[in-house]
Amino acid sequence: MASDKQTQIRTRTRDGVTDVLVLVNHPMETGLRTDPKTKEKVPPHFIQKMTFYLNGKEVLSASLGPGVSKDPLVGIKLKRAKSGDKIKVIWSDNKGESGSEEATIN
Amino acid sequence: MTYFPRRNFLKRTALTAALTAAGGFGAFISLPGRAAEWPKEAFASRKLAEAIAALFGTAQMTSSAAVALKAPAQAENSAQVQFQVSTDLSNVEAIAIFVEKNPGPLIAHASFTGSAAYFSARMKMAETSDVYAVVKSGGKLYMTKQNIKVTVGGCGG
Repeated sequence: MASDKQTQIRTRTRDGVTDVLVLVNHPMETGLRTDPKTKEKVPPHFIQKMTFYLNGKEVLSASLGPGVSKDPLVGIKLKRAKSGDKIKVIWSDNKGESGSEEATIN
Repeated sequence: MTYFPRRNFLKRTALTAALTAAGGFGAFISLPGRAAEWPKEAFASRKLAEAIAALFGTAQMTSSAAVALKAPAQAENSAQVQFQVSTDLSNVEAIAIFVEKNPGPLIAHASFTGSAAYFSARMKMAETSDVYAVVKSGGKLYMTKQNIKVTVGGCGG
């Protein structure tokens, strides 16, 4: 299920190392929180998998838990990535929602 | 009667074959699944050692200066605690981060298939706690820990 949640990628290369930062607008609900108005438990809703691809090849696969902050900002580093290379991230959460974003390293 | 042993033999053979098939199939499913699937049991563990064992198969770790955890000594906002894990170790297979006193200690796990041995994110902290950065390299676990002070809770509100 595609999600309406926004995914952004930012890259920066310095001294041959490329920083890749991914920001997803996601509530990351733990399932422990109580809604202050309804006094009911808010069901868990969080990203579980986040996978990074460089030119179509998987380079990192992350598993996230509800302990990751709301609107996750996840950073990875790439060595030997070249200008023009394509970086892609795909994420999916515990409710079956998913999102992806692609960027070109400049 | 000669008929009986043979029947028993056949039954046993069939049973053994069935068990072997089941076992073989089970291993076939679980092996590739381990890296790609979300480690449910490790995230459900409520204790640090259990979470580490559920994730890596062992909780035996060596404290290492080659594992670097960059995080604040005191969290300004316990719902948004920035951390960066990096390491000088070679053949790094995975990095995991744990908050000992969180309801679920495992925060995140990254397995590497091409990117540099580095992972950063922001985490929630329920209270002041030791934070463990664990690196799996060459099949062994190396860790470093840091105490992060929390004044107001970030988990559960």
